[in-house]
Amino acid sequence: MKHTHRISLTVNGRPVETEVEDRLHLADFLRRELKLTGTHLGCEHGVCGACTVLVDGRAVRSCLMLAVQARGSDVTTVEGLAAEDGTLSPLQEAFREHHALQCGFCTPGMLTSLTAFLRDNPAPTDREVREAISGNICRCTGYQPIVAAALAATGDEAIEGEN
Amino acid sequence: MGVRYFGAEVRRVEDPRLVTGKGRYVDDIELPGMLEAVMVRSTEAHARIRSIDAAAARALPGVHAVFTLQDFPAEYHDRPMVQPYPAPVLLQPTTQHPLARDEVCFVGQAIAIVVAETRHIAEDAAGLVAVDYEPLPAVVDCREAVKTDAPLAHAGSPDNIVARLRVAFGEVETAFADAAHVFEERFLQHRGGCHAMECRGVIAEDRPLHDGLTIVSATQCPYLVRRNVAAYLGRDEGRVRVVAPDVGGGFGPKAGVYAEEIVVPLAAAALGRPVKWIEDRREHFVTTNTQRDQEWTLEAAVDADGKLLGVRGRVIHDNGAFVPYGLLLPMTSLTPLPGPYAVPALDVAMDVVFTNTAPNSPIRGAGRPNAAFAMERLIARVARELDLDQAEVRRRNYVPADGFPYDTGQKFRDGSAIKYDSGDFEGCLDKVVELSGYAGFAERQAEARAEGRYLGIGVSSCIEDTGVGPYEGATVRVQPDGKVQIQTGAASQGQGHETMLAQVCADRLDVALEDIYVRAADTGAFPQGVGTIGSRVAVNASTAVFDAAESVRDKALQLAAERLEASVEDLEVEDGVIGVAGVPEMKVTYGELAKQLAPMAGGPLPKGFSPGLEATSYRTSEGMPTASGSNIAEVEVDIGTGEVRVLRYSVAHDCGKMINPMMVDGQIVGGVVHGIGNALFERLVYDEAGQPLNNNYGEYLLPIATEMPPIAVTHQETPSPFNPLGIKGAGEGGTIPATAAVVAAIENALEPFDVVIRSYPVSPEELCDLIEGGGASERSA
Repeated sequence: MKHTHRISLTVNGRPVETEVEDRLHLADFLRRELKLTGTHLGCEHGVCGACTVLVDGRAVRSCLMLAVQARGSDVTTVEGLAAEDGTLSPLQEAFREHHALQCGFCTPGMLTSLTAFLRDNPAPTDREVREAISGNICRCTGYQPIVAAALAATGDEAIEGEN
Repeated sequence: MGVRYFGAEVRRVEDPRLVTGKGRYVDDIELPGMLEAVMVRSTEAHARIRSIDAAAARALPGVHAVFTLQDFPAEYHDRPMVQPYPAPVLLQPTTQHPLARDEVCFVGQAIAIVVAETRHIAEDAAGLVAVDYEPLPAVVDCREAVKTDAPLAHAGSPDNIVARLRVAFGEVETAFADAAHVFEERFLQHRGGCHAMECRGVIAEDRPLHDGLTIVSATQCPYLVRRNVAAYLGRDEGRVRVVAPDVGGGFGPKAGVYAEEIVVPLAAAALGRPVKWIEDRREHFVTTNTQRDQEWTLEAAVDADGKLLGVRGRVIHDNGAFVPYGLLLPMTSLTPLPGPYAVPALDVAMDVVFTNTAPNSPIRGAGRPNAAFAMERLIARVARELDLDQAEVRRRNYVPADGFPYDTGQKFRDGSAIKYDSGDFEGCLDKVVELSGYAGFAERQAEARAEGRYLGIGVSSCIEDTGVGPYEGATVRVQPDGKVQIQTGAASQGQGHETMLAQVCADRLDVALEDIYVRAADTGAFPQGVGTIGSRVAVNASTAVFDAAESVRDKALQLAAERLEASVEDLEVEDGVIGVAGVPEMKVTYGELAKQLAPMAGGPLPKGFSPGLEATSYRTSEGMPTASGSNIAEVEVDIGTGEVRVLRYSVAHDCGKMINPMMVDGQIVGGVVHGIGNALFERLVYDEAGQPLNNNYGEYLLPIATEMPPIAVTHQETPSPFNPLGIKGAGEGGTIPATAAVVAAIENALEPFDVVIRSYPVSPEELCDLIEGGGASERSA
């Protein structure tokens, strides 16, 4: 039996109103219904962190949350991190500068996780950054350049840019 | 010609799309009318299939078809997949049927494909397919499989032996007869799974009256897939196009050809609709090729000074249930065995055996990390027995810096000698000794010991045979707008090939990097290619780009000389503009020349010139450049809990001239972390019945950020004489020595307990047992 629910929410600043199947998880909703394919599915059991998006500002695994649970929420995906005019966020810039990505598959989850983390912890230590991404698996980089990028993105200028 | 970009830490041209969610991976692609597929897979390690009942699945609304092998055309009913790398020494080159015929040989083997309107419906339907199995005895441990009375992994086969390999040179008997010491070591190696963060995925669309079959696959080797799938389906290669879009990591297993690359096209052809299949992580655990156990028994003959005189021994290699990739993995475990050491004589035999587990093929480094681990174990043993320093024992055994080119004593298949082109192994060791603060370690260790903490240090050296041929071609083409297009077959899975090739081309042409774009990994866009394996793309594709760009530049200069009525010698190029030296107004751009060489109907083509400002080259490295490195790991072991913390990790690496040091460091650091994962975490566990037990990231541990040490990298640049750029491959040199370094460091930390580690990954529980028991122990597979 197929059950659907009507939901309205905001995704990357745009209002969305639609009907969703109850079993549809948020990642599939974003990818399949809204065609926001920047959110990646790496394990679909909540460990790898590739599917992390911001729900009302909190970093959330979109494979572990149903789309219907996002009703009324404000969702930000990797597509929503840059400015409207396409200017990269300081964190995105730092990722490029520090070679914090190779294949790019874990990158959306790293960026969303760190965006939330750096907003709440504007001057973290290396260890704190590592803790913050300990739920995000990267097979390419060895994490070191990701940590370097996060630390580099915490300058004064960078924090302004995060808002 | 400038060198603005070669050797510079250029930011990657791939990144703007990847940091904004605009990458295009297989699962991001939607075609009109596309259906989605889910595979039905064996739940048994070894069984005969009595029957498959798909009626309930077919009846589910939204399901378009369920195919078993019998539902495909009759010509495929008895046609196993094509062996991609046949070899005379393959006693049983067994490949699987793309869908099981009557027997399944590992948990996860594909039995049927369900195609539906959506993935969700296909998943529902797959759960309704009932397979009736008659269980057969399974063999899981390669050490059992090799025995004559072992259960057979394939019913009806003579035994479980895939191949018997042997690498031998020099006078081994004499070496052992003359030895002051002979040491024997036995150990079990296990490297786990691939775990690219993007699983595999395939889209197929068959348009028989148009351009034929198109396959989009998360593959490292689109040309191998094209060759193999065309052969299997009996199609013209020219009407099979294989495209690798953005691929989310490869690490080896994506280099093979998989059942889904056959089955999804067959389903798409039967239904007349595009079909997409995306592997989920559980499938990845059980069906993407792994690299499981090897048991090594080695003996080293050593003189009184600790110099190796000879090595002999035997290896049992677990190949899993099928032979998906020839003998490339086992062979790469044997041939690089001497590593950086001058070993005068060697004789090692390997039995490659079937087990009822996922098939095996290379993972980052292929067999080289195993070979390095094996040789480093012997070196460590020599150091321990003769009470030599870890660095000193290596110095005594290295191929000397003035010994290049060095003839290893081994031969390639064509009979030519395997030689190391260049290097300075002791130079590399000096650098890492310096970088790691090796000299001060004894003090650090003593201080920690006084506090009841156990620190250890481990040294590991390696070579990497990189850049395997025979070619990886490229076309460099200047467009009429002045932009430069590079086309190549070489697929990228995140290495940054677009940036790397653009750097080489930009310097050769003297154009801005921003004016170059790369189109790669599409058999429809470039006619021939090999693939991205074995640290070969920088070596081969860069050489081709270098050569093609030079031809383009020459052609442009010839035409510019005519146009500007000057001699070629008087011309200079800057930022895409060719001018006469000292006469600023006399100039022409590459774009203008390209336009002149590509006139439309009736337009004049300059006399004596072929159309197009472009050139194609398949120039390649004239041999396999030997990269090398030495690593030092420093660890702390908690003797109460067995926890190992890697405190710092230092690398000195030599991959010849570096095109982009930032990207080389990325390869090294990422590779080291993979090797640390192998040392401490990654273990695929099967029970005795062949059931995989840890198919999720809660139970199969991958390295995470909090567990990784700071990794310091320094470089030595010993150019390769084999190619004009002097480059050597860099993709695997981080991984190859890392496991051995960490294991040596753990042993060093636990020296007071006489702990000898005989298998990896090393778990805390095993370490506790070793600390309590003293001496060595060995885990069962």
